Amino acid sequence: MNAPLPGHAASTQSRNPQAAPLLAVDHLSLEYRSAQHVVRATHQVSFEVDQADRFVLLGPSGCGKSSLLKAVAGFLAPQEGQILLQGVPVRGPGPDRIVVFQEFDQLPPWKTVKQNVMFPLLVSGQLPRKEAEQRALHYLDKVGLAAFADAYPHTLSGGMKARVAIARALATQPKILLMDEPFAALDALTRRKMQEELLLLWEEVRFTLLFVTHSIEEALVVGNRILLLSPHPGRVRAEVHSHQYDQGSLGGAEFQASARRIHRLLFDEGDSPAPVTELGFNDIRIAY
Amino acid sequence: MTTTPVRQEFEHVLQPLQSVPLERRLPLTQRLWQHGWLRKALILAVLAVLWEALARYTDNDLLLPSFLQTASAFLDGMLSGELPAKVAVSMVVLLKGYVIGIVLAFALTSLAVSTQLGRDLLGSLTSMFNPLPAIALLPLALLWFGLGDNSLIFVLVHSVLWALALNTYAGFLGVSETLRMAGRNYGLRGLRLVLHILVPAALPSILSGLKIGWAFAWRTLIAAELVFGASSGKGGLGWYIFQNRNELYTDKVFAGLAVVILIGLLVEGLVFNTLERLTVRRWGMQR
Repeated sequence: MNAPLPGHAASTQSRNPQAAPLLAVDHLSLEYRSAQHVVRATHQVSFEVDQADRFVLLGPSGCGKSSLLKAVAGFLAPQEGQILLQGVPVRGPGPDRIVVFQEFDQLPPWKTVKQNVMFPLLVSGQLPRKEAEQRALHYLDKVGLAAFADAYPHTLSGGMKARVAIARALATQPKILLMDEPFAALDALTRRKMQEELLLLWEEVRFTLLFVTHSIEEALVVGNRILLLSPHPGRVRAEVHSHQYDQGSLGGAEFQASARRIHRLLFDEGDSPAPVTELGFNDIRIAY
Repeated sequence: MTTTPVRQEFEHVLQPLQSVPLERRLPLTQRLWQHGWLRKALILAVLAVLWEALARYTDNDLLLPSFLQTASAFLDGMLSGELPAKVAVSMVVLLKGYVIGIVLAFALTSLAVSTQLGRDLLGSLTSMFNPLPAIALLPLALLWFGLGDNSLIFVLVHSVLWALALNTYAGFLGVSETLRMAGRNYGLRGLRLVLHILVPAALPSILSGLKIGWAFAWRTLIAAELVFGASSGKGGLGWYIFQNRNELYTDKVFAGLAVVILIGLLVEGLVFNTLERLTVRRWGMQR
């Protein structure tokens, strides 16, 4: 199970900062059009994601983080600026950037778990049926669902559906994996378990991840770099490193300090650390 | 503020549970009652008994033949091969119209999901033609296509097309945005997106559209045959009913009606039920 898989970067131990980034988002402005108004979702956002990064977009609702992810996925055309994937501008959705959505209905209910994982491989013409099946079973085994290969999605729990979606995304071996609050609809215990499993999978496969969340804790645990966005419209507030944290650091003093620093940056409460009692978390979920 | 709880803390060591069985079988009667066909058969039997009683009470074979008389007329018709022949004639025409209607409905809705103009076209056409009874077009159809199967097929297509297109389109609109985006994410566009994502996701609506279309077509066909059935030289089931009424074989009229009902039940029970069981119910999209 530990054999390196083709298509994934094997190691990032010696990263060269001068190398071209895998994903470059350059002064990207996005706009939403409603019947009456044009709403600016993000304003001149720039960031770069390197190979095997776990890059998190974090911000309160209205900061355009989901719009950014949709733009990278190709569902939303930039108003200005550009998105480069390995130097090539992104035009429209494609199987080299697979999205894991938050909603459970991202799995077609008419396909079994195995067929769901095979589906993108077959329709994108990536693999013939036989090999697609092998690869599907391989990744289902990785997320611990080999026994459920022939079950239909409606018989699975929320966490299992999320696992299938992750297996499906990994099976296509995308250049970058996009996750749009994938665990937000899960209960707290399952969410923690999923974060842990995601990190284990990353240790094994070393995929590149762009992860959207509104939970500071989740950002610190899952990411190695966090981009903080301010709301209305979304602009870059800061970039924070979080590679030193994992599930084990939850509740530690250093972890708490980082969480507080992020909270201060997001809500612009000056330089004094915010008193714990006054944290009004309407948009940001800090507790599990 | 902290208060010391009054109750003691405790921990149990759980032994494996063996005294109570984890699974019990329901009694036989309850298990039988779970079968839909058994319950429905019971309802039919009760109706047949009521009919027989009513017919014996009125005691007028010409107006209301009894259930047993109808059954024997039905049996005679089946054995002599007259009824099956009529059914075959009707079925061939019906299936032709039905299939053409389905193809057209699919083309129209596919157009409607992909272009604004297609949406407007479908919207205006369905609101214009859906309320128009298909049988009202028959005189016109006879003028255009002459006496024969073609005019029947024309009105059948008309009766299937709009109901199915309306249902299918409503189903397409109901497909979740996430599923569409997932499909587009894998590079599906246009007709491939419709076939791989929209059609299966909208299958509950499409199936109900097919059912409604089937019923409409069946009705329209019998009605059309009652009036113009002998046009092509060999009549269908509607013509059989009409002819026997003229000759006052009321039991045969009833037998003809019974065949119409039986075919309806068979198609509903065998074809559509099987389709639903194998698809939408198995996938958990419908109870």
